Amino acid sequence: MSRSTIDLWVGIFVLMGCAAILFLALKVGNLSASSFAENYTIEANFSNIGGLKVRAPVKVAGVVVGRVTDIRYDNERFEAVVSLTLDSRYSFPRDTIGEILTSGLLGEQYIGLEPGGDERALKAGDSLKITQSAVVLEKLIGQFLFNKAAEAPQQ
Amino acid sequence: MANSGQEALVDLRQVRFAYGDREILSGIDLTVHRGQVVAIMGGSGCGKTTLLRLIGGQLKASAGSVQVARQDIGTLNTAQLYALRRRMGMLFQFGALFTDMSVFDNVAFPLREHARLPESMLRDLVLMKLQAVGLRGGHALMPTELSGGMARRVALARAIALDPMLIMYDEPFAGLDPISLGVIGQLIRRLNDALGAASIMVTHDVAESLSIVDYVYFVSDGRIVAKGTPDEIRASKDDFVHQFVHAEPDGPVPFHMKAAPIGEMLMGKGAR
Amino acid sequence: MIRKLGAMAIDGVWRLGFATRFLFLLLRYSGQSFLRLHLTLREIYFSGVLSLLIILVSGLFVGLVLGLQGYETLQRYGSSEALGVLVALSLTRELGPVVAGLLFASRAGSAVTAEIGLMKTTEQLKAMDMMAVNPIARVAAPRFWGGVISMPILAALFSAMGILGGWLIGVAFIGVDDGAFWSQMQAAVDIRYDIINGVIKSFVFGVAVSLIAVFEGYDCVPTAEGVSRAITRTVVSSALAILALDFVLTSFMFRG
Repeated sequence: MSRSTIDLWVGIFVLMGCAAILFLALKVGNLSASSFAENYTIEANFSNIGGLKVRAPVKVAGVVVGRVTDIRYDNERFEAVVSLTLDSRYSFPRDTIGEILTSGLLGEQYIGLEPGGDERALKAGDSLKITQSAVVLEKLIGQFLFNKAAEAPQQ
Repeated sequence: MANSGQEALVDLRQVRFAYGDREILSGIDLTVHRGQVVAIMGGSGCGKTTLLRLIGGQLKASAGSVQVARQDIGTLNTAQLYALRRRMGMLFQFGALFTDMSVFDNVAFPLREHARLPESMLRDLVLMKLQAVGLRGGHALMPTELSGGMARRVALARAIALDPMLIMYDEPFAGLDPISLGVIGQLIRRLNDALGAASIMVTHDVAESLSIVDYVYFVSDGRIVAKGTPDEIRASKDDFVHQFVHAEPDGPVPFHMKAAPIGEMLMGKGAR
Repeated sequence: MIRKLGAMAIDGVWRLGFATRFLFLLLRYSGQSFLRLHLTLREIYFSGVLSLLIILVSGLFVGLVLGLQGYETLQRYGSSEALGVLVALSLTRELGPVVAGLLFASRAGSAVTAEIGLMKTTEQLKAMDMMAVNPIARVAAPRFWGGVISMPILAALFSAMGILGGWLIGVAFIGVDDGAFWSQMQAAVDIRYDIINGVIKSFVFGVAVSLIAVFEGYDCVPTAEGVSRAITRTVVSSALAILALDFVLTSFMFRG
């Protein structure tokens, strides 16, 4: 095996490796949707985030426009503060509502944005005014039972 | 000796070497001058090869000084040692050719590593070295296609590729047929004279060595027991030398390994 | 018996120390070997290109099996569209780097150990040293870097091939919806979190396997038996190192 033939094979090998990594990045990992070249971060406070995790998608009308990049607890307001990193291609009114939703009955939780009617757009560092916390199944059931119990004597 | 007035190329003074507690060599004095071919002889396992490794700097002496070209091997750092080794050539027992390279590339190896030569000059040099050992025709062969004697000759060409001042041979005659043996012996002498180098050869082949060398050291049990020119050795009255030169089975080097008296061992007293 | 165990433990620690020192020597002399790039290219050829076949074929089969088994399980919960997610995540995060690493250790690692061991046995390393050529720079470092460079490429190829295998079974044979297969996969697989971490894993495995292979060859007892033992040790310690490192890396990377 002469030296140039080895070079050729190594070249082919490296090219194949690059192709495989590109395939993984573009076709499997969908590069365009998960790491935005330009983005901005806003915050949203929730009284309860349920099972929301960092890297959960942020969706508007079902389209992924960003991801949750940080979750922390504000000890003064006793609320969870969630950082949302959004693609700069999209902008939303300032009175946009943020809510924590669940995909399907038992699926993962994500943040849904409900655009409002304000003319000024959200800027980096802004905070969502109106938010709706996660629906916690136990609370829901508890409330349901409580209501049932309250209804019963009237009958 | 004709050239004893000249300064020594290799000079060992009171050298001692031990692996832990096990002493391999002790009190070795040895001198080699430029132009000389010196043989170190002795039975198997007597420390001859260790002596060669001390000179090549692969091992460091536990005591005493090993000087090559007026530099003390024991005090050199890696870079200095490598600089010195570029002026040494060594022929290993079975050639130690690089099995993944052709004969040509094997001989070209030290030149490629140490000298930036244009490919055409490199080619001429390698072919000249191969011509010197009579194997120019085999430059395209792989080491596995060579006989033992031919492999040894290629390794010799590789050892002299950088025109060394000192060539060391580790058992150059081991396992060769009489013709190859004679060829290697003549090559050692001729190359040494042509290069104006010094050669040290570790061997136990008495007849061939005595016919080509200038001086002989006999090593036994880690000590030099006899030394002299080939004529002095042949005429020596020393028991050990006599036994060695005439290949007698018993003498100062006993036939039997040290053991309890045979009667005791067989009757079960000495044996456990 | 106890004395034997103690001796073994001391020997183990001694070898670990030597391996660490060896790694430093290797890195120190790597500069010299990068100046002679064709040496490293040659080793990429031997450990990378020549491992292609076994990696590609194994990747395909692992993907096929994942597709079949995954479909069986997911179907019970009525979410067979998630097959793409299952195949892609298991391959990029775990199976790609780990299985490719194990195959690499037994295919290329053992070959490197055998080659260096034989060079030691036939005194080629000593001869090189006597020719003032550092065997660590000339023999060990190119083989080490050849392995380190080859390993992530092989792992990526393994993962890609496995995903294609899963697609083949899931979409082409069983009939899972093609669009759902890819879109669910793309929604769930994250570049930085899953793919880059997988590449980092395979790189770490590449370093571990190459170091073990080169070290065992360099450290072997220079006899036929010593070389064969060294090869066995390369495969065994590489496999253990890969699995242990995988656990450590996974617990760092995929927490929470």
